[in-house]
Amino acid sequence: MKDDNNKSFDKLFKIFIYVALITLAISIIVPVAWVFLASIKENSEFYGSPWTLPAGFYFQNFIDAFKKANMGQYFLNSVIVTATALVILLVVALPAAYVLARYQFRGRKFFNTMFMAGLFVNVNYIVVPIFLMLLDADKIFKSIVGKGVLLNNLFVLALIYAATALPFTIYLLSGYFVTLPKSYEEAALVDGSGYFGTMVKIMIPMARPSIITVILFNFLAFWNEYIIALTLLPGDSKTLPVGLMTLMKAQKGAAQYGQMYAGLVIVMLPTLILYIAVQKKLTQGMSLGGLKG
Amino acid sequence: MKNEKGKKFFILACLSPAVILFTIFMIIPTFNVFKMSLYKWGGYSPDKDFVGLENFKILMTDMKFFRSFQNTVLLIVIVTVITMGFSLIFAAILTREKIIGENFFRIIFYIPNILSVVVIAAIFSAIYDPTNGLLNSTLGFIRLENLQRMWLGDQKIVIFSMAGAMIWQAIGYYMVMYMASMASIPESIYESASLEGASKFNQFFTMTIPLIWENIRTTLTFFIISSINLSFLFVQAMTNGGPDGATEVFLSYMYKQAYTNSSYGYGMAIGVVVFIFSFALSAIVNLATKREPLEY
Repeated sequence: MKDDNNKSFDKLFKIFIYVALITLAISIIVPVAWVFLASIKENSEFYGSPWTLPAGFYFQNFIDAFKKANMGQYFLNSVIVTATALVILLVVALPAAYVLARYQFRGRKFFNTMFMAGLFVNVNYIVVPIFLMLLDADKIFKSIVGKGVLLNNLFVLALIYAATALPFTIYLLSGYFVTLPKSYEEAALVDGSGYFGTMVKIMIPMARPSIITVILFNFLAFWNEYIIALTLLPGDSKTLPVGLMTLMKAQKGAAQYGQMYAGLVIVMLPTLILYIAVQKKLTQGMSLGGLKG
Repeated sequence: MKNEKGKKFFILACLSPAVILFTIFMIIPTFNVFKMSLYKWGGYSPDKDFVGLENFKILMTDMKFFRSFQNTVLLIVIVTVITMGFSLIFAAILTREKIIGENFFRIIFYIPNILSVVVIAAIFSAIYDPTNGLLNSTLGFIRLENLQRMWLGDQKIVIFSMAGAMIWQAIGYYMVMYMASMASIPESIYESASLEGASKFNQFFTMTIPLIWENIRTTLTFFIISSINLSFLFVQAMTNGGPDGATEVFLSYMYKQAYTNSSYGYGMAIGVVVFIFSFALSAIVNLATKREPLEY
């Protein structure tokens, strides 16, 4: 009798678990899927119930978003900024992380602590001082070249993205470099390859798994970032998230929802595709790298 | 000897780009936050007057700042408690139980974390829209019209609507973190506990939670700091502090003063207070949750 009770309790428990899991899954899938469906609806379809399926595939929304709302340009800007920032970040962070992890020298501890401390400085606090710094420097440029060059500059934005990602990236990379066996380096040095050659040809390729993790996380961070971009690109040249935000605010008046949802799809599709392709690496990398801000 | 010199040069060449970038774009701006907080500096005049702690004195009587303080603390408490609770439970379910489609659930739950806050803000604006929103129309559909609200328009509710979006975003991330540490608990102790008749609820509270307690503590500390930051991103993209300051949080108020309003000195004073507050709170939480570590 007691056994029966236990069994039915177990069954009930299982049902409860599945209900909970499915509820959470639905609460995530439905809104995201809804945006995709909304992006192909015609504007007139937004006046009825939001649950009606789109009448057809209204691709015009995407064309409008790209052309009228300038999302094409913003998309290109985002690609440029993200790619440049990733390249700068890797070129700067890899050698630094490698040296910090594998060489004994004076000041090593100091620099390690410095970058660790950087993990606690959130970019939201320092975005205004950075803006003022660039504004000041631009005044000097104005008197020499005739115009400011640092604000509204995609390359400067990329440089700042890379700089603010340094602490996390160096922390993660040097954590991996430390674990590599010493014998590889020694063998390479004996073979007569220099310090630089050893690093580029032997050690960096060995750190590939952690480099992939770094690229994944920072791609998401740079692609999705908007506070720095909003502050440092006050002009017309925006990145995708900032452009989307402007579109959102404009749409509230004009009620051209289709365009806005098309814009949303344009922003999130690259990250979703990347995520589906590498989701295993991403969630593994997270337990490897520990926390991010 | 030459080799030693070459090595030094190599170390210097590898390290200096990172140190230079880090110094220019992180150390100097951080230093400036503290320095500027001691100056009275409106954006439209070039004069900077050293006023000592004057900005902080004004801050102590600024009701808007207190409002943002209340809102931030409220958000931290609600979002932390609910997110932690849910992510622990779901992590335990996905690691301890045999679930069909475990991988599927894990993949789905993590999706909000890869979306831009702007995207999430747009999605939740669509959910909370008073006339055509997903939430209100669903409530209408199941005949619960009296639960329909102006989710983002009502001053009393809007902060909870905001918390909803933040929780939605965070659950999956923390769940994956906890799953990693729960997976390292050896199966054998659960087996012996089951043999002794400990129920699943008991196992969860007396074994799983204590065994990953150190992990929970670290995430809690980070969670507080990241809630302060994330609440700013959400506010900026969703409500801009409105309606009438009901969702103003620490950093959105700082940004408003320092950037939009160009009161740089005052804005930075807010930044300093928030910075110190977040560290003090993390330290307190860290101390208060200290337990003797349990081992397997």
